[in-house]
Amino acid sequence: MLDRSLVTFITAGDPDPDKTLDFMLVLEKYSDVIELGIPFSDPVADGKTIQKANLRALRNGFRVRKVFEIVGEFREHSGKKVVLMTYYNPIFRMGVERFVRLSAEAGVDGIIAVDLPADDSREFREICRKFSIKTIFIASPNTADERLRLIDRASTGFVYLTSDYGTTGKRESIGERAFEFINRAKEVCRNPIGVGFGISKAEHVRELINAGADGVIVGSAIVELVELYGENADEYMEEKVRELVRGLK
Amino acid sequence: MKFGEFGGRFVPEMLIPPLEELEEKYEELKNSKEFRRELDELLRSYAGRPTPLYYAKNLSEKVGGAKIYLKREDLLHSGAHKINNTLGQALLAKHMGKSRLIAETGAGQHGVATAMAGAKLGLKVDVYMGAEDVERQRQNVFRMKLLGANVIPVESGSKTLKDAINEALRDWSRTFESSHYLVGSVVGPHPYPTIVRDFQSVIGREIKAQVLELEGALPYAVIACVGGGSNAIGAFYEFIDERDVRLIGVEAGGKGLESGEHAASLNAGEKGVLHGMLSYFLQDEDGQILDTHSISAGLDYPGVGPEHAWFKETGRAEYVAVSDDEALATFMELSRTEGIIPALESAHAVAYAMKLAEQLDGDEVVVVNLSGRGDKDMGIVMEVLGDA
Repeated sequence: MLDRSLVTFITAGDPDPDKTLDFMLVLEKYSDVIELGIPFSDPVADGKTIQKANLRALRNGFRVRKVFEIVGEFREHSGKKVVLMTYYNPIFRMGVERFVRLSAEAGVDGIIAVDLPADDSREFREICRKFSIKTIFIASPNTADERLRLIDRASTGFVYLTSDYGTTGKRESIGERAFEFINRAKEVCRNPIGVGFGISKAEHVRELINAGADGVIVGSAIVELVELYGENADEYMEEKVRELVRGLK
Repeated sequence: MKFGEFGGRFVPEMLIPPLEELEEKYEELKNSKEFRRELDELLRSYAGRPTPLYYAKNLSEKVGGAKIYLKREDLLHSGAHKINNTLGQALLAKHMGKSRLIAETGAGQHGVATAMAGAKLGLKVDVYMGAEDVERQRQNVFRMKLLGANVIPVESGSKTLKDAINEALRDWSRTFESSHYLVGSVVGPHPYPTIVRDFQSVIGREIKAQVLELEGALPYAVIACVGGGSNAIGAFYEFIDERDVRLIGVEAGGKGLESGEHAASLNAGEKGVLHGMLSYFLQDEDGQILDTHSISAGLDYPGVGPEHAWFKETGRAEYVAVSDDEALATFMELSRTEGIIPALESAHAVAYAMKLAEQLDGDEVVVVNLSGRGDKDMGIVMEVLGDA
C-alpha cells in the first residue's frame, strides 16, 4: 500500500461534515493515501490537536454513517487510497460486518482500529478479508520482535509504526528511538512500514524515508490548520502538503 | 484475561508491554509470602483492618423484616474501601521499581487514597481530575495537596471522571517506564480488573467469617453499590460459589432510568469498548460515550467493570438501580436511626437493602457493604437540603 508515500490525516466532519470532501480533494493532489479519522468522544491515543478536532466534529453533529457518504463522493473524483482510522467502539457498536461492508461499498481501501490489539482481532480480520479491505495494525518502539511479527502477520496494508511513545501530536524533531525502530521493523516485517506521530516538516519526512520508511503519516500538523483557519483552511493545507511532499523527493 | 466475552486489552499498542509487565510482576508477587505479609501489615496497622460487621438493629427493627448488617468499610483510614486497593497497588509499584503513581479520580476519594499510599510508601503522585470535579470537590483537592500529591485538572471532553481516565492513560503511554497507573476500580484493560478485585476481596472474606461467627449461617444476600464496581466485587467475590447467597449490585438511578440522567450502565447501557475493556456502557447509536448523572460522584461513570458484566450475563449477580432521591432519603435515615452518616454511594446500597429486608422474614440476614462514610458529601447534601 506504501512506496515512498505521503499519508495525510484529517478528522472527518471537522469543522463540519460538508467541508471534509473539499479538504480531501486538496490533500489528494499531493498525497498517496488519505487517512480519515472517525471522531470519537474519548480519543485516548490522541494529543490535544486531534482531541479538539474530534470534539469540533461531534459538536457539529457528525454521525459515523456520514463517513461512508464522504468517501463515496470522494471516489467520484479520485482514485487515491483512503484509509479509515477509528477507535474500536464505533465499529463494534455498528457491528463489525456492517461497518466493514459499508466501508467497502463506499470505496475505502483499509481500516486502522487504534485500540483493537492484533491478537484479539480475528473476527475483524476475517471480515476485512471477505470484503477486500486492508488491515493496518500499529506497533510501538516498545513492541518486542515476537509481537511485531504477530502485528505484521495481522496486517495486510502496512504496519503503522509510532515514532515515539505517548499520543499523536507535533514534535520538534524525530528522536533516535524512531530510527532504531525502523531498522528493527525493516528486519522483522514483510509488510511496508508507515511511520507516524510527531511528523510535521519536510525535513522529518526526508529523514524517515531515507531511514527506510515506506511511508510517512502526517496528522496533527494538518489538523492544526483546521483549528486555526476553520472552513478556510484549504489554502493553508495545500501549502503545508506541498511543503511536506518535498521531503519525498 | 477475559470474563466470558468481557474485559480484554483494548488499548493503543504501546500500552501492551507495560500491561504484560504488570501482569507478570503481579502473578509473581501475589503468591509471595513476603509481599502478603507486608500488605497485610499495612492493611492492619495503617488502614485499620479488619473492619467490623455491624448489626444495624435500630434500622432493621424500623424496616421490620430481615436483619440488616453493615460491613463498616466507612471506618477505614481515608473513609472508604479505596485504600485496600491503593495500598496493594502502591506496594506492587514499589516492588516493580516504579517511582511515580498516576491516578484518576472523580469525587477525589481514590485520589486521596492514592495520595496517602504514595506518601506512606515514598512514591510521587500525580492525580488527574476533571476540571468540573476540581471545582465541585475543593476539599478533596486540598486534602490531596496536603498529602503531597499533585492534582492536574483535565479540561478535555466532559471534564469529569471518564476524561480523567483518558488523560491518565495518555500520561501512562508516555511514562510507563518510571510510572505505575494506579487504576481505582475494577475497570480498565487486563490485568487491572483482576488486580483490583483481588485487593478488594478482603472485604468479602471478612464478611464471610464474621457473619458465620455472628449468625452461624451465610447471609440471604450481599448488597453493594456499583459505579465501576470495586467495592461490590470485593464484597461478592468470596460468595461466588455460594449459590444460595444472592449478590445484588445497586447502580445509580439518578433522576430515573427513563430520564436518561443516570449512571446505570448495566441496567440501561449497551455492550461496548472503552478504557481498555469490553463491557456495558452508556452510549449513543454511534458508540459515542454519553454524559452521566448521579448525586454521588463516586458512581458517576458511564461504564462498569467487565466481571460485573459477566455476572449479569450469567445471572450470578443481579443489578438494580436506586434514584438520587431514594439515596438521599436513606442518607438521612441511616444518620438518624443508627448515628452513621453513609457516603451517598453506599446509601444507594442501603436503600435497596431496606426494600429487600422488608419482604423477608426476621431470621434472614442481609449484608450491605457500607463502602464509605458521608463526611465528604456534606457540601452536596447541604446544597440539596438547604442547610437542613
